[in-house]
Amino acid sequence: MNDAIISVKDLKKFYGSQKVLDGINFEVERGQIFALLGENGAGKTTTIRILSTLIRPDEGIAMIDGLDTSREANEVRKRISLTGQYATVDELLTGEENLQMMGHLNHLNRSTVKKRTATLLRQFDLLDAAKKQAKSYSGGMRRRLDIALGLLANPKVIFLDEPTTGLDPRSRLNMWTLIQELAKNGTTIFLTTQYLEEADQLADKIALIHNGKIVVEGTATELKKMIGEEKLVLQFQSPANLMKAHNLLDGQLNHASNSLILTAKDSTEDLRNTLNTLHEQDMMPIDIYFRKPTLEDVFMEITSHKQEGEVKYG
Amino acid sequence: MDEMKWVIRDGWTMSRRSFKHILRNPDALFLSIGLPVVLMLMFVFVFGGAINTGTEYINYVVPGVIITCVGYASSMTAGSVAQDMVGGLFERFRSMPLRPSSLLVGHVIGSFVRNGIGAVIVLVVALLIGFEPNAEFWDWTGIIGYLSLFLLAISWLAVVFGLIAKSVESASAFTFFIMFLPYVSSAFVPTETMPKWLHSFAEHQPMTPLIETLRGFLTGTPIGNSAYLTLLWFGSLLILSIIMATIIFKRKKQE
Repeated sequence: MNDAIISVKDLKKFYGSQKVLDGINFEVERGQIFALLGENGAGKTTTIRILSTLIRPDEGIAMIDGLDTSREANEVRKRISLTGQYATVDELLTGEENLQMMGHLNHLNRSTVKKRTATLLRQFDLLDAAKKQAKSYSGGMRRRLDIALGLLANPKVIFLDEPTTGLDPRSRLNMWTLIQELAKNGTTIFLTTQYLEEADQLADKIALIHNGKIVVEGTATELKKMIGEEKLVLQFQSPANLMKAHNLLDGQLNHASNSLILTAKDSTEDLRNTLNTLHEQDMMPIDIYFRKPTLEDVFMEITSHKQEGEVKYG
Repeated sequence: MDEMKWVIRDGWTMSRRSFKHILRNPDALFLSIGLPVVLMLMFVFVFGGAINTGTEYINYVVPGVIITCVGYASSMTAGSVAQDMVGGLFERFRSMPLRPSSLLVGHVIGSFVRNGIGAVIVLVVALLIGFEPNAEFWDWTGIIGYLSLFLLAISWLAVVFGLIAKSVESASAFTFFIMFLPYVSSAFVPTETMPKWLHSFAEHQPMTPLIETLRGFLTGTPIGNSAYLTLLWFGSLLILSIIMATIIFKRKKQE
């Protein structure tokens, strides 16, 4: 049996003549952490807004737990929680009051509200700040409270729209731990992110969205296999040299910085071979360094594969 | 029926939130309770001596002060509605299994209770500094009724402006407008003393019949057709505002 809790088929959304989603498809299994990875404006937030019933798709179907997000929106709402990009905590209320208010709005009875509030405050490390107004909270605390507010109703699916954007590195790590703990309890987590590293760290499955289309979908390992562990960057003095090196070594061109970006599968061995090849032609780059792959590399890789007509993913 | 019950219960949860907001926001607390009192003291003791209304000035001015303050404080609802729209709380509500309209109901109930209390405080201070109403039981009932109608109408109108406003700042333009309207009515001075063009505006704007009605109930001045005019003005304003708020709200939901 197919155990998909989220399934999206041929989803399309237009704003005027602008195509924001251009027929996207994916499935998320129960209990998975799914990351929708993409740049600003790629269609991440639109997807999350359709899945969380805020807007309707123009074409296609989005199902949560077997329910249609546009026709059975109210039933879907009982099963999900959404934490948007901007924390929606009430600044004048304390953390505890925020949670209590959400509990009442979820129509839980008094004693349940009390119990759940206490549990969530502990779980989200907000006990010390429970009686303080949320306006005194740090960015990380706000974000934690915001997510906690979504959990009062015991959702089956948690949507997190860029949960770490704007957080300092330490809060980001805390947030990662928190998300992993939530997933351990069997909740399905759907998150969007601009950071390859974040998707890699957290997600069981990653879909890469670009211009309203899913360009690659797979596990972090599968994605990595495709883009390589690390990149070797060679910078040259002149565009002529750069082109000469490109003829020899292939790889991605970056004309702005006169550099060639290679996938380094086995770092040292690759480096030696590369330099030998260049040396035979009496060429030397002016700068050489390794760096971690970025989202940009993935796009470059995919578009070049597409041009050569050998894309096997997606 | 069940749905109505939840809208009211959720509305109550949201209005408890508005009460907390007021208590924790000293500026707003001052504006809804302190300002009315200061305004009344100023009119009675500073300007009062120079204004001839044919009666003790305090007996003339109390209804005007109540309306100015209560109207102003109700109109501040526009700002808090705009805040929830811009701040994303509204969006979160929409992804929850509840009627987002309870958010609006909450704002209105909050405004109603808060400003009702404000009106009572103004009245108590007025009595302390020598206001002598001669209202009987039915007069008081009328006062409560008309004041409630006014409060609700302005609060719902404020909701409409809060929904339209693109920011909290632009929502406050509405507040400004409501605050000044009573000054060009019979609230503080008899309209006959105004220049002719202003006089006819003052005579025909909704605040004047409202104030004349309250003044009649409180101190026994003739009401005439003011009571009907008030009912017409604010009754239709209330109904129109609720309809408009509902339409705009529905449209916002589809964005």
